[in-house]
Amino acid sequence: MAEESKLAEPGAEQVRPAEHTRSADHFRPNVDILEKEHELLVLADVPGAASDKIDIDFEDGALSLHARVEPRQAAETQYLLREYGTGDYCRTFRVSEAIDAEKIAAEYANGVLTLHLPKAEAARPRKITVNTNSE
Amino acid sequence: MVFRYLWSQPSVQQVRQEMDRLLSGHFGDVAGGLLPRRGQPAVNVWEREDSLFVELEVPGVKTDQVDISVIEDELSIKIQRPEVEREEGIYHRRERGVGTFSRVMRLPVSVDADRVEAELRNGVLTITLPKAESARLRKIEVTSAS
Repeated sequence: MAEESKLAEPGAEQVRPAEHTRSADHFRPNVDILEKEHELLVLADVPGAASDKIDIDFEDGALSLHARVEPRQAAETQYLLREYGTGDYCRTFRVSEAIDAEKIAAEYANGVLTLHLPKAEAARPRKITVNTNSE
Repeated sequence: MVFRYLWSQPSVQQVRQEMDRLLSGHFGDVAGGLLPRRGQPAVNVWEREDSLFVELEVPGVKTDQVDISVIEDELSIKIQRPEVEREEGIYHRRERGVGTFSRVMRLPVSVDADRVEAELRNGVLTITLPKAESARLRKIEVTSAS
């Protein structure tokens, strides 16, 4: 049912050990995940990232995104007000739905990353016609 | 000998107090002091000798959805974050905020409102506010009258 989320984020056990070794600050982007009939749509807010600095991996049912963000100001900048920090964005999701990894598509515009994860053929709802065999 | 005529630079603490005062005046009490309230975009503010800079992260926002105005020493920013077109399906996560966000800030120095510029790049809005002549650091040569 709908309550049983098909996308779980790994808890203590990380899917990718690389997560632990990143030294610099990294942030968890806000996302919207929408399941449609034929695909999962993921929208992630990654402001400040450039499109050629975004890595998306899908491996063993784990979707991970890593967007590198270059510092925009010199490190010694004295802020009068600093309400947010900047750094890379990282987030990993476990996707239990069967995905056609070959057809994953991504777009980036205005600081928002859009990912299309098409469901594998087998996972799509299929209407089965029952034929009557009249003998 | 060189005298420095320096505009009084507010400390971070003073800016915070100012912000709190301003926010509580306009929007009621602010829980947590400096933390931006729900519906308020977070900002970073820094300065150089000749300008003040205000930066906000506004992913998904286009130039025509940003409204910036400067009246005397008040900067107001209004951002309309579009609702994602309603699509058929089930939301498993819905963390991205939508709607109108606004913020009014009192600037610590006078700025030249006519030359304020704003740039939107990869979801980051940077507002450059050139300081008014009177607010700039100025060196005054002292001549000796012998």
